[in-house]
Amino acid sequence: MIAYLVRRLAWMVFVLMGVMTLVFFVSRVIPADPIAAMLGGQAPPELVEKLKAKWDLDKPVIQQYIIYLYRLSQGDLGISIASGRPVMADLLHYFPATFELATAGTILSIFFGILLGVISAVKRGSFIDHVARVSALLGVSMPVFWSGLLMLLLFYYTLGWLPGGGQLPYYMSPPPRITGLVTIDSLISGQFSVFVVALKHLVLPSLVLSFFGTAAISRITRSSMLDVLREEYVTTARSKGLSEGKVVMRHALKNALLPVITVIGITYGRLLEGSVITETVFSWPGLGRYATNAFLALDFPAVVGSSMFIALLYAVINLIVDISYAYLNPKIRYH
Amino acid sequence: MRRGFLWELWRAIKSTPLSLAGLFIILALIITAIVAPYVAPYDPIATAPLERLKPPSRAHPLGTDQLGRDILSRLLFGAQISLRIAGIVALLAGVSGTIIGLLCGYFGGIVDDLLMRITDIFMAFPQLILAMAISSALGPSLENVIIAISITEWTVFARVARSRAVAIREETYVEAARAVGAGRWRILFRHVLPLSLSPIIVQLSLEMGGIIRTAASLGFLGLGAQPPTPEWGVMVTDGRRYLPGQWWVSTFPGLAIFFTVLGFNLLGDGIRDVLDPRLRRGR
Repeated sequence: MIAYLVRRLAWMVFVLMGVMTLVFFVSRVIPADPIAAMLGGQAPPELVEKLKAKWDLDKPVIQQYIIYLYRLSQGDLGISIASGRPVMADLLHYFPATFELATAGTILSIFFGILLGVISAVKRGSFIDHVARVSALLGVSMPVFWSGLLMLLLFYYTLGWLPGGGQLPYYMSPPPRITGLVTIDSLISGQFSVFVVALKHLVLPSLVLSFFGTAAISRITRSSMLDVLREEYVTTARSKGLSEGKVVMRHALKNALLPVITVIGITYGRLLEGSVITETVFSWPGLGRYATNAFLALDFPAVVGSSMFIALLYAVINLIVDISYAYLNPKIRYH
Repeated sequence: MRRGFLWELWRAIKSTPLSLAGLFIILALIITAIVAPYVAPYDPIATAPLERLKPPSRAHPLGTDQLGRDILSRLLFGAQISLRIAGIVALLAGVSGTIIGLLCGYFGGIVDDLLMRITDIFMAFPQLILAMAISSALGPSLENVIIAISITEWTVFARVARSRAVAIREETYVEAARAVGAGRWRILFRHVLPLSLSPIIVQLSLEMGGIIRTAASLGFLGLGAQPPTPEWGVMVTDGRRYLPGQWWVSTFPGLAIFFTVLGFNLLGDGIRDVLDPRLRRGR
């Protein structure tokens, strides 16, 4: 197991370097000029030259790459051109909001996905099964930005039940930053009114984000449950006279969950992707919006840094999925 | 491809109502794209300030946007754009990925190892974000969206083609062809390629919806096609500011994206069920 982990971690480093190199060169082979983009057309040439030198943009690309590698080895991702702060600090600042959103979205997807999947499988061919399958198809096909806007239109503009974006209203001061997760921090510091407001802000974006995951998880749960329900041990459990509920929950679902775990991992990765768009729709101050703004402003250090950070998250999620596999299925042994 | 293949496909699609619905949506989309210039009531780009933000009416069945452009006309032309993106990406990424995958799988060796590690890197990364990075670097435009998505997409086909080539390489008839003196290129293109096509087609049909959604997402974020292009994602963004009062501006283009992706997904599932023998046996 340890050897396996070491190999996986080494592979992760390789992948991260690959992503970094790819994005680095893609973002620098182009004629676009981030300094000009930042200053506008009328900037004095001396200032442009000075700023270019500050970000090493006046050096050959290969040299820039070596400088970047050297700094990276010391944990330095450079200074963001747009914000003027270290990219690492920016990433750590924006990450908790994305983590909160993606985790809430995943919890919702797991809950609704498994629920729908199990009901679909147990009541195969029924009306509920058809509804669940069709809504899963719709969930996969709906572009996140559009479902987000529709939810805003309904729950914010029309009904006024839920807030329209952000993590907290502007007049409410955020709780002291402990974990960076507004809901958790407000609980820790005992500010229940802030917690309730923060939770309300979280509902719409996480719900929108969960559509895709719910669809994917319910599909795989359904088919995996159908396979398991045909197994002999399920028949045995039934013939022992166990109640149907016990058979389904204890004997079938537990064994059906293995393939579901992979899909949950994939879903979490997809949520990172979806959060880029959801954060834009709901003005959520997270990593996705930071990355999008960096891309739009050609903020090279931020572009490479946030790409690597996202790749790292992705890799960590995949690793956790694989490890939880071994934990859940003792038949798998990693060498 | 063998004769009667399309017929078999059609029969299979016909037998499942959902894939039939998908086929109809896609056919409708193709027809829309073809006839758009002849049936669109207005110019999709010309602005009409006096007509701005008009609700759906007889003159403008789907209303007008913030510059007074007819949304129906823009949607019709948008169908051309979406299909063009999906078609060119499928061609670029599908062909290049297939060729690379076949060569890697058939010849193996160090180039194979290297290329597969490269595909691993691509796959270890959320596709949309890579496409965002490439598109922003190249400068957001319709052409660059196509390039960006193709760069993120080819790996999928390379993987599928490679795994087929590896399997077919060991088959006895390939051995036989080699024994009678067929050259490696002849074997590759006459024997390996045709037998690899169906999983690639399955993959292609499954990817189409995702390609269109990614393109629309890039447009929405401002990293794709640029205004005034009547691209659906751009149109949704245009309408965001007017959402509370003028819901039609972003709702209709969103609906168009949704139906298109849904159509491709339904059709893709249908094609997979026909062409993927493993699944067929399971039924």
